[in-house]
Amino acid sequence: MKIELTQVSRWYGNVVAVNDVTMTIGPGVTGLLGPNGAGKSTLLHMMAGFLAPSGGTATLDGAPIWRNHEIYRSIGLVPEREAVYGFLTGRQFVLSGARLHRLPDPEGATDKALALVEMEGAADRRIETYSKGMRQRVKVAAALVHDPRVLLLDEPFNGMDPRQRLHLMDLIRAMGAEGRTILFSSHILEEVERVAQHIEVLVAGRHAASGDFREIRRRMTDRPHLFRVRSSDDRRLAAALISDASSGAVSLTEAGLQVQALDFQRFTRLLPRLAREAGVRIWQVSPADEDLESVFSYLINRSG
Amino acid sequence: MNGVIADISYRALLGRRRVWLLVLLPLVLLGLAVLLRVVGADGERATVTLLQTFSIGVMLPLLGLIAGTGVIAPEIDDGTVIHLLAKPISRPVIAQTKFAVAASVVAVFAAVPTFAAAYLLIGAESGVAGGFALGALVGGVAYAAVFMLLGVLTRHAVTIGIAYAVVWEGVVGNFVPGARRFSIQQWSQTVADQVSSSAFLSTEIALGFAVPALVVVTAGAVVWAGLRLRGFSLTGDE
Repeated sequence: MKIELTQVSRWYGNVVAVNDVTMTIGPGVTGLLGPNGAGKSTLLHMMAGFLAPSGGTATLDGAPIWRNHEIYRSIGLVPEREAVYGFLTGRQFVLSGARLHRLPDPEGATDKALALVEMEGAADRRIETYSKGMRQRVKVAAALVHDPRVLLLDEPFNGMDPRQRLHLMDLIRAMGAEGRTILFSSHILEEVERVAQHIEVLVAGRHAASGDFREIRRRMTDRPHLFRVRSSDDRRLAAALISDASSGAVSLTEAGLQVQALDFQRFTRLLPRLAREAGVRIWQVSPADEDLESVFSYLINRSG
Repeated sequence: MNGVIADISYRALLGRRRVWLLVLLPLVLLGLAVLLRVVGADGERATVTLLQTFSIGVMLPLLGLIAGTGVIAPEIDDGTVIHLLAKPISRPVIAQTKFAVAASVVAVFAAVPTFAAAYLLIGAESGVAGGFALGALVGGVAYAAVFMLLGVLTRHAVTIGIAYAVVWEGVVGNFVPGARRFSIQQWSQTVADQVSSSAFLSTEIALGFAVPALVVVTAGAVVWAGLRLRGFSLTGDE
């Protein structure tokens, strides 16, 4: 099954949350990557039928998503907010989902879904006694109980410990390999990289990049990097660096050298060698723009 | 009606602490009835006054508010309602189920104690107990529908609901004659008056207006709530 967004926009009053996004989410695992506040949740809510697009269309296999409760036969949704009925046990919660879907064997489906997320042990405890990671897993179980062809997860790894995280990653990968259409949002590149074959990048409501994760990763590492270098003799090091083509610009500042590396790979090998040859001792090398925001803004400037 | 949704809603509404809110007001009503009886002021006039002012005037709107908003507003507030909405169930059915739960809770916690309090004081005299029980039932059902709708429409359902109950029903409804036509409490009393032959109960709204008004308000609120749920939007933090 596939979800298609065609020129989808969403605005709240004067604020544009999602701006003219066109994308198709097909079988396999797709990661929706973007910094916090980029509009990922807004986009995901429009795919899940919990928000009307202000403009454009969102469809599931051609059928409109908004105001169409039939789509939930095929869609499983794991919302970001952790709230679940605390007075129910994990098993009761998942079972209620199975019954709401009118499955032929709700108990069997519940056991299967609980086993998928390894929650059999705590299934008969009330959800209010669960940790954040356990709540997350029981939500995933409830979303999977009807064996949906499409699974939408909003920041699913938040609050999980590393072991649980790896387990859920394996589960998502396996379900993607079965041909299900899975989309999950994240602001952490490493999470997306480990699970998704395909990445959609959203920055400030705009569709910044789309494609195979290796391609996007390469574009992210190939961009000009900005480093701050502190050494025993900044001026001398600067002279040595600027003579090589891998450095685009070098400036002397109070806090040390600012170096723009055009060729990341070459620069990382070059810096220690040049320093040794020049007899300069390096005290500190730190990336000045490694935060996601600058990576994303680079991507969006390229695509724009 | 959906059994699973009803089950979850009953458990959320009657679970633990919240049930005490529902129990408290009927207990006060029964306590007042016992007190009147003990001091010997257990005539028909006192009974009708107690039921008019406390049972219909105070307890009914507050129980309607607690049950009506309680079946849906907390779930919308904390996001748990998504579990119900992300299912292949029509949203009007969800609204109808929530309404049925709220209405049944108000019926039990308002109509039954109203009957008990009246019976304790004057037995079956002049049909006061039966009349007010029926009035509380139909009024409570209408309140449940209106306050459930309010819970779907706004995040400030409880505040607005209290303001409505106190300002409109309490002040305007009691002092502005024209506004009485549009008061659920007045309609309840009209229904009570119809059953009861008590000389101490007089109402000015005709049954021919009160009954259709109760039906229209109740049904309208449930239908509107269903339509609103169809267009339920999640607005994230961003």
